[in-house]
Amino acid sequence: MSLDRLADLLLLLVLLTGFLILGTTRLTTCIRGVAAQGALIGALPLVLQPHWTAHTVGLATGTIAIKAVVLPWFLTWAIREAAVRREVEPRVGYLASMALGVAAVAAASAVAARLPIPGEHSHLLVATSLSGVIMGLLVLATRAKALIQVVGYLMLENGIYIFGLTSLDRVPFLVEIGVLLDVFVGVFIMGIVVFHINREFDSLDSARLSELKD
Amino acid sequence: MTLWTVVDLGVVLVLAPALTGVAARTKSLLTGRRGAPLLQPYRDLVRLWRKGAVYSTTTTWMFRFAPVAAVVTTFSATLLVPFDGQDAVIRFSGDFVALAGLLGLGRFTLILAALDTGSSFEGMGASRDATFATLVEPALFTSFIVLALVTGERSLSGMLGSGTTAAWGHAAPSLAMVAVSLFFVLLAEGSRVPVDDPATHLELTMIHEVAVLDHSGPDLALLLYGGALRFGLFAALPVGVLAARGTLPAPLGAAVLVLGSLVIAALVGVVESSMARLRLSRVPQFLVAATVLAALGVILQVLA
Amino acid sequence: MLLAALVIMPLLGALAAYATVRGQRAWLLAVALLHLGLTGSAWLVPPAPAFDGWLALDALGLLVLSAVSLLFAVVALYVQSRATVGSAGRGFAAWLLTFLAAASLVAVSHHLALLWVGMEGTTLALAPLIFLRRDRRSLEAVWKYLVISSVGIALALLGTFFLATAQGDLAPGARPLVLEDLVAGAGGLHPVWLKAAFIFLLVGYGTKLGLAPMHTWKPDTYGEAPALVAALMAGGLTSCAFLGIARVSEVTAAAGLADFTRPPLVAFGLVSLAVAAAFVIGQSDVKRLLAYSSVEHVGLLVLGLGLGGAGAYGSVLHLVNNALAKGFVFLAVGTILAAGVGRAAGSLRAAPVSGMLLLVGLFAITGSPPFGMFLSEFTIVRAAWAGGHPWIAAVMLTLLALIFVGLAGTILELLFHSPPGQQPRVRESGWVVVGPAVLAAGVLLLGVAIPDPLQDALARAATALGGAAP
Repeated sequence: MSLDRLADLLLLLVLLTGFLILGTTRLTTCIRGVAAQGALIGALPLVLQPHWTAHTVGLATGTIAIKAVVLPWFLTWAIREAAVRREVEPRVGYLASMALGVAAVAAASAVAARLPIPGEHSHLLVATSLSGVIMGLLVLATRAKALIQVVGYLMLENGIYIFGLTSLDRVPFLVEIGVLLDVFVGVFIMGIVVFHINREFDSLDSARLSELKD
Repeated sequence: MTLWTVVDLGVVLVLAPALTGVAARTKSLLTGRRGAPLLQPYRDLVRLWRKGAVYSTTTTWMFRFAPVAAVVTTFSATLLVPFDGQDAVIRFSGDFVALAGLLGLGRFTLILAALDTGSSFEGMGASRDATFATLVEPALFTSFIVLALVTGERSLSGMLGSGTTAAWGHAAPSLAMVAVSLFFVLLAEGSRVPVDDPATHLELTMIHEVAVLDHSGPDLALLLYGGALRFGLFAALPVGVLAARGTLPAPLGAAVLVLGSLVIAALVGVVESSMARLRLSRVPQFLVAATVLAALGVILQVLA
Repeated sequence: MLLAALVIMPLLGALAAYATVRGQRAWLLAVALLHLGLTGSAWLVPPAPAFDGWLALDALGLLVLSAVSLLFAVVALYVQSRATVGSAGRGFAAWLLTFLAAASLVAVSHHLALLWVGMEGTTLALAPLIFLRRDRRSLEAVWKYLVISSVGIALALLGTFFLATAQGDLAPGARPLVLEDLVAGAGGLHPVWLKAAFIFLLVGYGTKLGLAPMHTWKPDTYGEAPALVAALMAGGLTSCAFLGIARVSEVTAAAGLADFTRPPLVAFGLVSLAVAAAFVIGQSDVKRLLAYSSVEHVGLLVLGLGLGGAGAYGSVLHLVNNALAKGFVFLAVGTILAAGVGRAAGSLRAAPVSGMLLLVGLFAITGSPPFGMFLSEFTIVRAAWAGGHPWIAAVMLTLLALIFVGLAGTILELLFHSPPGQQPRVRESGWVVVGPAVLAAGVLLLGVAIPDPLQDALARAATALGGAAP
C-alpha cells in the first residue's frame, strides 16, 4: 500500500477511535481508545515523511511513549487509586453524542475542503485534526466525570498535534512544543487522584456542591 | 440480464440455508463444540415441511398469510439484487428504495402475525423487532447513498457492479466504511448477536424469536427459509461492495459470490462467538454506530 | 544577555528559594529588586536582540515587562510581612519567582511559539499559588481555573500553528514565527490562515485574559486565591495575555486585515463590559467584585485595540494603569482580609491606611479623574467617537457608569458600615503599606503628567499596533 493510502488509513482510524470514545459507556474503553489514538498519531510522522530522519524517528517514538503508554497507564492507575466508578456519566446521551460527532466531522471536512493546504498534505489530515479538536471539546463539555474530561483534553491535544504535523518539514520543533500540553494532563490526573475529584465536586459533599457562584 | 444472472440468483436461493448453517458451525467450533452438520438447516426445512401445523384459536387469516407473504416479499427483493456483479433480474432507477420497502413489508406482516396471536409476549417481541428495524433503515439508506455518490448510479445493479470496482481506486475509505456498515446491517437484519441471540431459549432475551414462536410445521419452514434468504441477501451486499466482480468472467464471478458469502457467514459466526448480546438499551447505540460509519463514508466522499 | 537574564535569574532564584525554607522571603525580595533594576536599565540602554531575534525588547514588551516587574517587586515587599501569607508551605516563593520568569519570557520573546511557552508557564506557576489555602473552595477554584485555562492555551497553540501555516514556504533567511519576519512579510501571508490564527489566538489568549464569555474562572479564582496572588493575576497575567493578542494584531495590522480583526475585538470588549456591569451590582464578596472589575478592564483593553487609531494608545496606557491600580487595590484588600476583619466591613476604622488605599483605589479603577485610568478610558471613548462609532462610545459610557455604581455601592458600604461591636484594629506594618502606596502614587502620576520616556514608549507601542498617539 502506498504511503498516502497508509496515512489516510491511519487518519480514518483516528476518526473511528474518536467515535468509539464518544459512544462507549465504559471508562476503561475510553482510555484504551485514546491510547490507540495516541499510537496512531505517533506513527503518522513516520508515514507522512518518506525519508526518515533522526528527528522524525525520535518524535514518533517519544509521542507513542507518552500518548500511548505513559498517559493511559497513568489514567488507569488513577482509576484504581481514586476508586472511580467505571461508568461514563454523560450529560448528553450517547446517541446525541455520536450524532454531534458526525456533525463535527461534517463541519470539519467542509471547512478543510475550503482551506488551502500547505505542502502536499491531503485535506483528510486537516479535516481529521479539526474533527479531533471539536470532538475533544465535545467530550470536555458533555461529560461530568473528571477523568473523562481529561480524556477529552487528550483528544483535543491529539487534534492539535495532527495539525502541527503539516508544518513538520518547515518548522521542525513546533510539534514538540505541543507535547508541553501533556504536562497539563499530568497535573490534572495528579489532582484527581490526590484530591479525589470525581464528578466536578459532586462526589464528596453534595450540600456544598456549587458553592462558588453568583 | 443474462443466463448467469438467473444462475447466480438460483445459487443464492439454494445456498441461503447453508449460510446460516456455516454461521452456526463456526460459532460452535470456536466455542469448543463440534456443532451441527453444515446441511442441518436443509434437514430442518424438510422435516418441518412434512409436519402438520397447529393454529391457535385466537389467530385469523393473517397468521396463516404471514409466512407466505414473508417468503414472497423476500424473494421479490432478491430479484432486485445483482448477484452476478453486473445485472439484476429486475432493475430500474431507485430500486434500492423498493428493496428496503419489500423487506420492510415482509417484516411488517410478521409483526402483524405476532400481534394476531393476542398474546402480550409476542406483542413485546414484535414491538422490539419493529424498533430495531426502524433504526436499521437509516444505516441501510446511508450506505446506499454512499454507493450512489461513489458510482453515480441510481440502481442497485449499477451501485454494486462494475462502477464500484473502478471506484476502489479513489474512494477506498468510503467504500470500506460502507462495507463495515453493511456488515452491521446484516447482523441487525439477520437477528444475530449483538442485536439478538438466535440460539437463546430464555423468553426474556428473545426478540425476533418471539415473533416466530407460535408458527409450526410448514409455516415455520417457510419462515426459516425466509430468514435464511434474508441473511443471504444481506450477505451478498458487502460481498458486492468488497469483491470486485465487474471485470471477472461470469463463472468466476459466481464462485467469488459463493466464497464471499461463506466468508461473511463465517465472520458472523466469529462475531457471535466472541461477543454477548448487547443490553436492550444499548442496541440502538450499536445501530446508530452503523449509521455513523456510513455517514462518515458520505462525508469522506463529499470531501474528496 | 540582559534579556536572557531577565528570564533565567528568577528561575534560579526560584530554585534557591525552594531550597532554603527560612530564607525564601529574602530570596524573593532580592530577586524581585534585581529584576526591577535590570528592567530599569533596559529603559536607559535598550538591550540588543538575542538568540537570532527570538528574544527582543520593543516598546510594547518593555511596557509589559516594566508593569510586571514593578508589580512583582511591590508584591515581594508585601510578602515580607508574616501576616500576609500565613501558613503557606515552602514552595510559594519559588512559584512566585517561576511566575516572574514565565511572565518575563512572554514580555521579551519575539518568537510566538516561545511566547506561548511563557503563557503556559504562567498558567502552571499560578496554580499552586491559587491553591495556597488548601481548602475545598480553593480546590474547586483552582480546578476550574486549570481546566478552562488549559483549553484556552491549547486553542492558542492551534492558533500559533495556524500562524506558522500562514507563513507558508518561507523566503530565504526568514525565520518562522518570529514577529519581525511575520510583520515584514505580512503581505505574503495566506489571508485565510492568518484570519483563522487571529480568531484562535484571540479566543485562546482571551481565555487567559478573562474576556467574557471565557471569564467564568475569574470570579472563583480571584475570590479564593490569596489577595497577593490575585494582584499578580489581575495586573501581571492580564498584561501578558494581552501581549499575546497584541502581537498577532501587529501582524494582522501589517497584513491589512484591520477590517476583519476590529469587529471581533470590539465585540469581545463590549460583551466583557456588559458582563462586568451585570455582575458587579449586588456583589458582596469584595474579591469577586474586583474580579468582575478586572473583566471590565480587560474588555477595555481589547476594545481600545479594536477601535484603532488613538484607541490603541489608550489600550497601552490602560495596560500600565490596570497593572498598577489593580495591584494596590488587591493588596489593600488583602491586608484588610488577612487580619480577619470579617468581610472587610468597617475597614476604614479597623485598618485606616489600607482602607484609605481601598477608597482611593475605588476611584482609580472606576476611571475617575485625576487618576490615570480616567485618561486611558477617555482616550478610548474619544477614539470611538472619532472613528465614527458614536454608539460604541455611548454604550461604553453607560456601562462604565453602571460599573461605578456597582463598585461604589459595595466598597463604600464595606468601608464605612461598621458592624456592631468593637472592631479590632489591624496592625499595618510598613511592608504592606509602602508598596501599594507607591503604586497608587504611580496611578495618580499617570493621570496628571506622564513622564516623557514613558510617553515615548507608549507612542511607539501604539504605532506598532496600527494606531497612533492622540
